[in-house]
Amino acid sequence: MLLAFQGAVAQGVLWGIMVLGVYITFRLLDIADLTVDGSFALGGCVCAVLIVERGVNPLLGLVAGLLVGVVAGAVTGLLNTLFDIPAILAGILTQIGLWSVNLRIMGKANIPLLKNPNIFTGFAKAAGLPQNLATIIIGGIVAASLVAILYWFFGTEIGSALRATGNNEHMVRALGVDTRVTKLIALMVSNGLVGLSGALVCQSQKYADVGMGTGAIIVGLAAIVIGEVLGRLMPGKLRSFSSRLIAAVVGSIVYFLIRAIVLQLGLDPNDMKLLSAIIVALALSVPVVWERQQLRASYLKGGEA
Amino acid sequence: MLTLNNVRKTFNRGTVNEKVALAGISLHLDRGEFVTVIGGNGAGKSTMLNSIAGVFPIDSGTIVLGGDDISRLPEHARAKYLGRVFQDPMRGTAADMQIDENLAMAARRGKTRTLRWGITKAEHESYASELAKLGLGLETRLSDKVGLLSGGQRQALTLLMATLQRPDLLLLDEHTAALDPKTAAKVLELTEQIVIEEGLTTLMVTHNMHDAIRLGNRLIMMADGKVIYDVRGEEKAHLHRADLMAKFEEAAGEEFSNDRMLLG
Repeated sequence: MLLAFQGAVAQGVLWGIMVLGVYITFRLLDIADLTVDGSFALGGCVCAVLIVERGVNPLLGLVAGLLVGVVAGAVTGLLNTLFDIPAILAGILTQIGLWSVNLRIMGKANIPLLKNPNIFTGFAKAAGLPQNLATIIIGGIVAASLVAILYWFFGTEIGSALRATGNNEHMVRALGVDTRVTKLIALMVSNGLVGLSGALVCQSQKYADVGMGTGAIIVGLAAIVIGEVLGRLMPGKLRSFSSRLIAAVVGSIVYFLIRAIVLQLGLDPNDMKLLSAIIVALALSVPVVWERQQLRASYLKGGEA
Repeated sequence: MLTLNNVRKTFNRGTVNEKVALAGISLHLDRGEFVTVIGGNGAGKSTMLNSIAGVFPIDSGTIVLGGDDISRLPEHARAKYLGRVFQDPMRGTAADMQIDENLAMAARRGKTRTLRWGITKAEHESYASELAKLGLGLETRLSDKVGLLSGGQRQALTLLMATLQRPDLLLLDEHTAALDPKTAAKVLELTEQIVIEEGLTTLMVTHNMHDAIRLGNRLIMMADGKVIYDVRGEEKAHLHRADLMAKFEEAAGEEFSNDRMLLG
């Protein structure tokens, strides 16, 4: 039982890096980027092939996962900005295309990494820690560094312009920034994180599968809304940018804990996707309904406020 | 400073909705001129401003600003010359970002964005004093999200952002039309103050004849995508509403009765 929860936290941290990527497109750029399902699997597949077939250092495998994710994001970004294909459709096109690309890269539907070295077993052995704990520590360090890097990046001149692009494109162009470039950068950074996350998950679960990214975007959105709800429940000001990034990773951990609990309760793992979709749908619709209700309730018949 | 030479723009060409917005307009502005632009609905006032700003490509003609031909530059590349305030107060600012962050982005208008920190300590302090000049109490709210401000405050902030880094040309597109009369008067007062203090070359579109006569040192009237009346200096100073109404009547003919209602 405890082992299952440890495993859930470990998974949550690694997937949390993908959630940071989704946060950039969904909350900062204000688009739902469906490339994610494809770029997550792409990162995992490339990492697996490099380690198993080329004997590449697992650390380099992670870098490769990140880089191919950046390329996938660039494809979506170029489709969107150069040819005005709506972002959601551009993402779907890249995602669908990547399915075939991933199969080509692996040459089969999945690759096991059981006997190959990976960063988690390496660290666990060296430090004498159980596998799950080693995964949590490494994942935590990577996630914390990425939160710090993203906090810095979005505070720079380019990062500010990028945040403003999701807010008010007209203004950003009027201030001399090419919004095509900012969107492209955002999609590349976002999918780079997603690819890195895919490579990390691949090493931690010791296999890569062409379907490992299916539904990743829903996991990402669910984690973001869970994180935001938790952030609102916390006392004090959790509105700063860094705390919102941290909340995204925490949301991912909580998501995988919930998942572990319902699986322990005997839920069919295949139903997990339905549950995720319901969580996201609820989280997105509850605030809307609540606000509408508040507006209705604030109506006074006599007109005397 | 600014020269429009025979600029044409037709929307929805070849469809039933075809609309000639600019019919070969020519206009020259000298440095420091504060020009008010009036005209009925569909006269091409906003289209002229948007053509200068590069919101859409023009069909023909040239636009020269400060000696550079900007006719075919994309919108973001023209930003270094232009300060812009829009009719919609939501359009000039980023609602989810702080007041100081908005100002910092405006201070970098037309400059290459780098990986340097988006806002320096020194500029943070200068923003407080700049905001204090607006007299709206915004100087104590630098880290408030712009979305918390009223329409008038946002419009005043946009005006400050447009002029923070001195623009070669300031474009005001009915920037007080969406505000209540009292707020509109305040924003206009700030506009006049900033434009005169800085000696900015300005094009201000307005629907209010009184403002058009009272403000600026030159007035142009547009109809059907052309300039039909252009008055400046002494002559403008002695201009009366009745004169403008007569001009309108002359230009618009039957449509006049409609325009009269619109221009009240």
